[in-house]
Amino acid sequence: MDRRTALKAAVAAPFAIAAVTNAEAEQASLQVLGLFEAAGAEQAQAFKPKFFTAHEYATVRVLVDMIIPRDENSGSATDAGVPQFMDFIATDQPNRQVPLRGGLGWMDAESRKRFGKTFILATVAQRRLILDDIAWPKKAKKEFSHGVTFFTSFRDFTASGFYSSRIGIADLQYIGNTVNMNWQGCGSAANAHLGVTQPARG
Amino acid sequence: MIQVQRTRTEYDVVIVGSGAGGGMAAYELTKAGAKVAVVEAGPLWNSGTDSTMFVWPYQTPRRGGSTPDKPFGEHDGCIGGWRIDGEPYTTAPGSEFMWWRARMLGGRTNHWGRISLRFGPYDFRRKSMDGLGDDWPISYDDMKPYYDDVDRLVGIYGTNEGLPNEPDGIFQPPPAPRCDELWVKQAADKLGVTCVPGRLSILTKPLNGRPACHYCGQCNRGCRTHSNFSSPGVLLAPAMLTGNLTIIPNSMVREVTMNAMGRATGVNFVNRDTGGDEHIRGKIVILAASACESARLLLNSKSPQFTEGLANSSGAVGKYLMDSTGAWVGGYFEKMRDMPAHNHDGTGGMHLYMPWWLEGKKLDFPRGYHIEFGGGKGMPGYGAMGGIQNYPPGGGYGAQLKKDYRSWYGATLGFAGRGEMIANEDSFCEIDNNVVDRYGIPVMKFHWKFADYEILQAKHMQETFRSLIQELGGTPWSDMPTKESKYGLARGGEIIHEVGTTRMGKDPKTSVVNEWCQAHDVKNLFVADGGPFVTSPDKNATWTILALSMRTSRKIADMRKAGEL
Repeated sequence: MDRRTALKAAVAAPFAIAAVTNAEAEQASLQVLGLFEAAGAEQAQAFKPKFFTAHEYATVRVLVDMIIPRDENSGSATDAGVPQFMDFIATDQPNRQVPLRGGLGWMDAESRKRFGKTFILATVAQRRLILDDIAWPKKAKKEFSHGVTFFTSFRDFTASGFYSSRIGIADLQYIGNTVNMNWQGCGSAANAHLGVTQPARG
Repeated sequence: MIQVQRTRTEYDVVIVGSGAGGGMAAYELTKAGAKVAVVEAGPLWNSGTDSTMFVWPYQTPRRGGSTPDKPFGEHDGCIGGWRIDGEPYTTAPGSEFMWWRARMLGGRTNHWGRISLRFGPYDFRRKSMDGLGDDWPISYDDMKPYYDDVDRLVGIYGTNEGLPNEPDGIFQPPPAPRCDELWVKQAADKLGVTCVPGRLSILTKPLNGRPACHYCGQCNRGCRTHSNFSSPGVLLAPAMLTGNLTIIPNSMVREVTMNAMGRATGVNFVNRDTGGDEHIRGKIVILAASACESARLLLNSKSPQFTEGLANSSGAVGKYLMDSTGAWVGGYFEKMRDMPAHNHDGTGGMHLYMPWWLEGKKLDFPRGYHIEFGGGKGMPGYGAMGGIQNYPPGGGYGAQLKKDYRSWYGATLGFAGRGEMIANEDSFCEIDNNVVDRYGIPVMKFHWKFADYEILQAKHMQETFRSLIQELGGTPWSDMPTKESKYGLARGGEIIHEVGTTRMGKDPKTSVVNEWCQAHDVKNLFVADGGPFVTSPDKNATWTILALSMRTSRKIADMRKAGEL
């Protein structure tokens, strides 16, 4: 019955922790946050992709920074670790692999056709000519449909990696994911933007 | 040959399942002094220690993306989903049905949105009002004291509005509405759609030793402070403190065992840690494994006495399967662009909602639905800012795209309807004659068909949501769906509100359990999940599962005292 006796402690103990004041709950929550912060410290060693070949990975690095470049507000997609994220997801979700590999292949084929060299060896202006043809699905010519499909998905993939990163979340000025015992709505500036006022609390 | 290992202890009550129904039964019966064993198919899990609350997306390489056993994202608190490795189910040709199962302590109370709506007086006697389906054998007045006690025990926020079929309750103050919720309410008011504070089982004041919500908006991950409702922290932990509860995790129940006198004697289960079969003895057996899982257990508990499955002399086990109807429309809103930065998290659910506002109006479908809505500047994570080609920029890349992302972040809202389905003859579940799961337990086969009632209701949802979006100057992501696509009606099981498969009634020929959720055919066998529901009102099932389980459990305690069991 060892298994069962152990359960009594396992289940009852957290409840005892919960029986505290709000201030204590806040402190407990902050400690939790600290633990995860420490655990999440990122390793900055040289990264070896598991899915992408060296050439593909170089292409990915160029492409994601063309999609989300550095600007006056924040760093670029590579600054935010988007290529590493993509490599991880490609191994985590194998159904992404063929469209991803094939799409990067399409980019190279298109670049070779137009400029006689792979996408990363093309000049910035040449690369932009290709992106201009595939980055706006509604305006794109039918002959670029495969490039459009790939790029639309790859742009979402880039955004997913960038805006789930520390840099991207800060760029969007997201405020939250924290203890906020004094919730009183979104505040007067946000309310004013939408032309609403917080009703008086009864 | 399976060797069944028998335990010596005979418990007063054996409960199968540890979710809302099982947790409440364990709470009530241990408090009443019964020795109770809860058998749970999944592992132990407690949000107080196991939740990923406050984890940022960048703290895991998956950034919160989904995994096979976490379809709502890796940080979601619920282990389970529409597919579970080694535990298949089948669907009849032409039927589309998805069956969500949780495998963990607390079951689906780790998953749900904490939307806690009482059924109203009309909901228990709809057949008398419109001739469809059946009336319940009990009324709202029978249920009210238990709803009140669930409010007091578990805690719920909301406001007393005096609406005809949305009963008032014992509410804690609702949280201040978010900016976009107030904005939507203006539009709802204009269109004559009732919009009032939501009713969610999240504490806004401390209650019974649990602190109030800290407004991180992550209820779905499980709450580290137990400020919202899930069965382990709110029901099982105090039950454990009585000293009367034993939890047996990782144990998949195979069948209810019976003696020659036609009484349940306990359950056989597979110990998933050892792979061996074990038996646990109980004077009373309560099934609370979820509507379809409990029906499956009954149908699989065949014996010479019960050739069609246990407690199934009516043939109603597995029949009358219902799910809520659902439809969704989202869009983007010019006015929400470039909003000043603000904390939009709030509680882990809606602060305002729209209860059914057309009761008694002449429409081309019966019954009704409520509307859940939300959007705005939530925490970005896996999949953030997807689909920019569908916003006015139409796509793009580079510096301008980055500006567009910034500008459009949080400028979206979605509206979801949850409505009432009428039970029909084509929607039911039964044992598949050819397929077993990894434990050798025969699996469920689902038959499913929506009637025009549900399809027309989805059409009405679509029209309402689109009017609201238009009123707000927004643009829906999609065009109005056609009749051929059932107006975007969610698939059966997709809303995860299955009920009705062991329905209650006065007549043993047409129902499985009586008004106390006691099997007509087996005196010491009860059902405490959504199975006994006679109808499936638009209100999410959990609050009624809790109240009904409380009512059943208190009756069992009384019957034990009176020596009737």
